[in-house]
Amino acid sequence: MPIAVNKDKCTACETCLSSCPFEAIVMKEGKAFINEYCNQCKVCLSVCPEGAIVEIDNPPLPPFSKGGMGGFEPATRIEDYKDVLIFAEQRNGKVASVSYELLGIGKKLSNELGTKLLTILLGADESEAKEIIKWGADKVYLYKDPIFAQFNDDTYTETVSKFVKENKPAIVLAGATPIGRSFIPRVAARLRTGLTADCTSLEIDKETKNLLQIRPAFGGNIMATILCPDYRPQMATVRPRVMKRGEYDAGRTGEIIHCKIDNLNSRTKVIESVKEISEISVNLHEAEVIVAGGRGIGDAKGFKLLEELAEVMGGAVGASRAAVDEGWISYSHQVGQTGKTVSPNIYFACGISGAVQHLVGMQSSDIIIAINKNPEAPIFNVATYGIVGDLFEIIPLLIKKIKEAKVM
Amino acid sequence: MKIIVCIKQVPDTAEIKINPRTNTLMREGVQSIINPFDFHALEAGLQIKEKLGAKVTVLTMGPPQAETALREAVSMGADEAVLLTDRAFAGADTWATSYTLAKAIRKLGADIVFCGKQAIDGDTAQVGPETAEFLNIPHIAYVRKIEEVKDNYIRVQRLMDEGYDVIESSIPVLLTVVKELNQPRMPSLKGKMTAKKAEIKKMSAAEIEAEEDCVGLKGSPTQVKNIFAPEKKTGRKMLEGTAEEQVNALIQELSLTRREEN
Repeated sequence: MPIAVNKDKCTACETCLSSCPFEAIVMKEGKAFINEYCNQCKVCLSVCPEGAIVEIDNPPLPPFSKGGMGGFEPATRIEDYKDVLIFAEQRNGKVASVSYELLGIGKKLSNELGTKLLTILLGADESEAKEIIKWGADKVYLYKDPIFAQFNDDTYTETVSKFVKENKPAIVLAGATPIGRSFIPRVAARLRTGLTADCTSLEIDKETKNLLQIRPAFGGNIMATILCPDYRPQMATVRPRVMKRGEYDAGRTGEIIHCKIDNLNSRTKVIESVKEISEISVNLHEAEVIVAGGRGIGDAKGFKLLEELAEVMGGAVGASRAAVDEGWISYSHQVGQTGKTVSPNIYFACGISGAVQHLVGMQSSDIIIAINKNPEAPIFNVATYGIVGDLFEIIPLLIKKIKEAKVM
Repeated sequence: MKIIVCIKQVPDTAEIKINPRTNTLMREGVQSIINPFDFHALEAGLQIKEKLGAKVTVLTMGPPQAETALREAVSMGADEAVLLTDRAFAGADTWATSYTLAKAIRKLGADIVFCGKQAIDGDTAQVGPETAEFLNIPHIAYVRKIEEVKDNYIRVQRLMDEGYDVIESSIPVLLTVVKELNQPRMPSLKGKMTAKKAEIKKMSAAEIEAEEDCVGLKGSPTQVKNIFAPEKKTGRKMLEGTAEEQVNALIQELSLTRREEN
């Protein structure tokens, strides 16, 4: 809803001016004024000591003119949209891990809504569809056509868009992988609906039954709840390893529906797929223990200490963006929003302050141990165990004690 | 050949912090910059211009102050700069932004459209593919190398999770690029002079023939309900005492947790 200043209450104290991330608040005729650059982020609402900044009611939405963008028509009756749909991504015929994580959250959402959990699977076999059912799906729509074996934006967009139009799910979830992030936006554009990227949490609003899509914003230092109240489906992507898998039930039964689609065209063509996996990436993703360092490590030499701890713990070394930007360690070690998302049993955060960009990449780790000089560092907010102190004193001690414990 | 490079002016977000007491953004002294990925998009356009001959237009949607970003792009070598600015565009989400860019690109005409893979303020990576959909042209995301460009055909490498794909596309096409693609050039002195005097073409909603209910906040399917500081994890345990005591406590806690699991 639009934000405005109640001129009678405004005392021209100018407290609100610097609060606005869009520089949309200016002084005009001795009062604060919100100009057209307002993005309605609501940051200023709580800043005003007089409560003079308020939300005002939106004018009602006019009907969407249908002729305009050549067939981009919104859903007309949103109450017809009911189920939860997961786009299950496959690579080389194997369902990707992120799809099982989506089934976990999808099951929770469909249970809360009292609807079915559907999955659309392109280019895999029936055995994979059966696995999906064991992970919680009620129905799997399987397109076995070999044309889907290779990811292609045009064919995937056409097939998923058409499926959504016909089956009318209320919610569509996909992995925020190179595949999901490439074609799902096209689907949202075509269906004239909203898409929220990289959600870290998804919930159902108890009153409205709308999907609350929670994601980091402004570079990750704050969280935002995004809604798509007037259009359907509500679409979101979720990064791999952010959500936990649901329950596996080997005896679970469901329906597999074989589907076909004709007249698929593609304007792009994959000539060749080249595998190039770095050893470090594999290690980070598979490690049960990760020892990560940030700005507090001080220099490249400091990472040697972390390597030593990682070695005695049988783990891998990670880093925050700050440490990578300083050039102390290579990018392939970076954990966080612009690096890798990891979920080990134990995550050591050493000299990492804990910007949300970093937290989204590691907060689903089972045990988080934070070692930092600054007791106010945000990393302690997500820590299981916090140690306030000098890491160059703590870590050598820790290495020594672990070695001793092993000998015993 | 006509090339359009879409750029975005963003706050230097790495510097923005939230005040934990008031739950508000601390923004003093944060500068506006061109989204870092967009420099690589512009460089890609300029390299094609140098090889094959092309007119490179930089396009952005934003408030009048986004002109600064366009002038910087001109100083690097862009031939033309277009600013989509209108009160009606304010508050646009990715759908409405992409619609607006697509409307303008249709007016301007393009063979290749370049975008950065994502903007660092929103990190959505959605505007490129959505814009391509509105233009009804193919797109290739995460381009890390351009292997060949001809009048009606392009071959590139697309970064994937476990390597890369070599992809061919017909032209017109939209490409979103990653930093690996190239090393953006610095503006030349001559470029800086040109940029100072360059005309920035402004286009409004009416000029791109945008429909009122497809742009800005009104045209946006998504809404921001609220923003908040990241949650504190419950049940955390701050260890106390000297370094040695803390380390001992940690080792005890860890073996305890492991035992419970077993």
